[in-house]
Amino acid sequence: MDSQITLSVNGTSRSLTVDSRTTLLDALRERLGVTEVKKGCDHGQCGSCTVLLDGRRELACLALAVARDGVEVVTADGLAHDGLHAVQQAFLDHDGYQCGYCTPGQVCSAVGMLEEVKDGHPSHVTTDLEADVELTDDEVRERMSGNLCRCGAYAGILAAVRQAAGA
Amino acid sequence: MTAHRTRPLRVRSVGTALGRVDGTEKVTGRATYAADHADGVPGDVLHLWLVQSTIAKGRVVEVRPEHALSHPGVVDVIDHTSAPRLVDTENGELAILQDAAVGFRGQIIALVLAETAEAAREGAALVEVSYEAAAHEAELREDNATYRPDSVNPDLETDTFQGDVDAALREADVVVEQTYRTAYEHNNPLEPHATIAWWGEVDGRATLSMFDSTQGVHGVVASLVPMLGVEPDQIRVRAPYVGGGFGSKGEPHAHVMAAALAARTTNGRPVRLAVTRQQMFSLTGYRTATISRFRLGARSDGTLTAIAHDVLEQSSVVREFAEQTASPTRMMYAAPNRRTTHRLARLDVAVPSWMRAPGEMPGMFAHEVAMDELAVACGVDPIVLRERNEPDLDPETGKPFNNRRLLDCLHRGAERFGWDARPREARTQTDGDWWVGTGVAAATYPAMKTPGNLARVRSLEGGGYAVAIGCVDIGTGARTVLTQIAADALGVEADAVDLSIADTRLPSASVAGGSSGTSSWGSAIVAAAQLFRDDHGASPDPGVETTASAEDDPAAESHAFHSFGAVFAETRVHRWTGEIRVPRLLGVYSVGRVINPVTARSQFLGGLVMGLSAGLFEESYRDSRFGHVVTQDLASYHVASHADVLDVDAEWLEEADEIFTPMGSRGVGEIGIVGTAAAVANATYHATGIRRRSIPLTPDQFLDDPGT
Repeated sequence: MDSQITLSVNGTSRSLTVDSRTTLLDALRERLGVTEVKKGCDHGQCGSCTVLLDGRRELACLALAVARDGVEVVTADGLAHDGLHAVQQAFLDHDGYQCGYCTPGQVCSAVGMLEEVKDGHPSHVTTDLEADVELTDDEVRERMSGNLCRCGAYAGILAAVRQAAGA
Repeated sequence: MTAHRTRPLRVRSVGTALGRVDGTEKVTGRATYAADHADGVPGDVLHLWLVQSTIAKGRVVEVRPEHALSHPGVVDVIDHTSAPRLVDTENGELAILQDAAVGFRGQIIALVLAETAEAAREGAALVEVSYEAAAHEAELREDNATYRPDSVNPDLETDTFQGDVDAALREADVVVEQTYRTAYEHNNPLEPHATIAWWGEVDGRATLSMFDSTQGVHGVVASLVPMLGVEPDQIRVRAPYVGGGFGSKGEPHAHVMAAALAARTTNGRPVRLAVTRQQMFSLTGYRTATISRFRLGARSDGTLTAIAHDVLEQSSVVREFAEQTASPTRMMYAAPNRRTTHRLARLDVAVPSWMRAPGEMPGMFAHEVAMDELAVACGVDPIVLRERNEPDLDPETGKPFNNRRLLDCLHRGAERFGWDARPREARTQTDGDWWVGTGVAAATYPAMKTPGNLARVRSLEGGGYAVAIGCVDIGTGARTVLTQIAADALGVEADAVDLSIADTRLPSASVAGGSSGTSSWGSAIVAAAQLFRDDHGASPDPGVETTASAEDDPAAESHAFHSFGAVFAETRVHRWTGEIRVPRLLGVYSVGRVINPVTARSQFLGGLVMGLSAGLFEESYRDSRFGHVVTQDLASYHVASHADVLDVDAEWLEEADEIFTPMGSRGVGEIGIVGTAAAVANATYHATGIRRRSIPLTPDQFLDDPGT
């Protein structure tokens, strides 16, 4: 069954027809040609397709497009609207990537994660649930663990996120 | 084209931390990987989905496409009765859909083409297949029927013998005799394999064009040419960005042929095949499990008198791949009596292939844990043990090593890691509920260059230079380091170099594998640039060009070239849960000159992380009743996540190996994974007093108190 939906992609309104089976990830990649969102597993296990949906980081492969009519999507490319985003620059500065395939997802995840920290969301390793979150190395590692990097660039990603957090 | 004897490079850009030249494309996602391509693809793609066998051995009796074809959007179903015929079927992995035989569970037995990916996937599920099943064998045991392969990967002797191992072991003061195991592992690059393919016609000849996720575009052409019965210039393969490979994209696998065959049937319409993560576990290669029987004989001070390494591993009935697991044992330590053997069980399973440091990774796990056991048995510090077994000449070839600096790596690492403070006895340190220990292991990897590389240099308007070679950057940083090498070879700034790679229309390049890429491609670039300068001078007219290959230094014949390293690990093992953490991991490497400290460091760290991951997590669990891997996704096949990786660091020795390459480099891609799992295993022994001889090391293995 097909449905008509509208997505805001990096600030541009895009209307499209989707099969009910179509994930948001496939809608972006296949229907709209938004290929900066990468598919690593299609099962919510790797994080490569992480985008910001209405400002929060989410996995595009686990969202059905028909259920997200009207959502505001920001991709890694969309973060670079006025030169590189501070998180992207930090990834370059610390070589927080190698092959680059997980990287757009890592970048979106880091941007979303830093907002969560600002908003006081605790993580599995947060010890004091009352105080402001202190962004320790362990907090970054834990909060970024939904984004696998098979090239093993975690040390660079950690340094990049810490730099961006201080920016 | 000319073969040119290169001169050592005068380094200026080489050795500096030039940022990745493709960094912006990667952090924004604009980099186009195989499945991302729309520009340059003629027309809307048809989506291809694979139908895979659900039996491990037997034959397909019938493929019934009716239900699939009635699904909206499905265009065609291709099976072994309708697929285009191949001219040559010797490569059993690639010769798909040529007959009814099923050689392993997950084999491609039909293809579905549809207008959308959703329809193609649904169509594949609707194809009905009946089989005649036969009994299969899919479990590697110690009592499988085995055979002796003619050689082991890439083209090494199967067995080697020196002296009399049995006599030496009888006379040895100390003997370590143990069996070590490594698990099945899948490469799992984050970018799943994908191919876009279309056929056309030029001057009355059929042409095949592809975007493919591969470590070597020319290698894809070389594999397909004899099978499709075409000439090399009839196939063009491009791979501008590749999302990791780790060996699994080193040679084309069956899905590449599936795309080529399917596209042959669509009257020129392009076909796109995106292999799923699950399909990768049966179609895109993996590392065989290994069983290594080690026997070390030594004098009481730890000096080795005998080294014997007998390997049992598996291959596939469909195609042989023999992992060279005992290969590093042939050159690592001195001993007058030596033996290495490889035997294969040929099972009804998916085809194993290259995975980062094939041979060295599983082999050195076994060897370096065995050495740790010998150190304990002799009461000798593990570093001292290695000092006592340092060979004067390469034990395998009798040639001198060019710059063997294993001990320098060990000593530098010991200093940085604080090795001297380590208690000699195991199971002596705790921190709360955690047992704490440290371990060390050596690493080695052969320096390799691959023949058949050509590079082209052309002068441009405005003083720049176009440099072209058809190699692929799979994330290693090749684009960046080759730019630096070209700049120095031409004596210009890096920004005066316009490098083109990853297209078979460019001069031929070897695969990004065996840590040979930079050595092979870089040498060709240096050759072309130096010859260009010799022929055209310092101020050439625009548009003149030189294409050349590099001729080896004759001095190379008389040396053995290997890189070395030392890996130090601290582990903590939880007293009550067995949980294992690795708070510190350090690798120190001797790899010749480092071309770019940023990208090289990332290669070392990436290798260390993958070695840690193998040591603690990675295991493809095969259900031998059905013959397939059941842990076929990233939730059940665990790779190290960010929270698993704590303080990991790498450094290298300042040196240059100018006999091996004009750049002085030896390659950095694989050595980081070698020895790492052994260092972790040795550290868990030191922490707990419990010796485990198989990876992955899992919490359950540390719950038994050795004191009871």
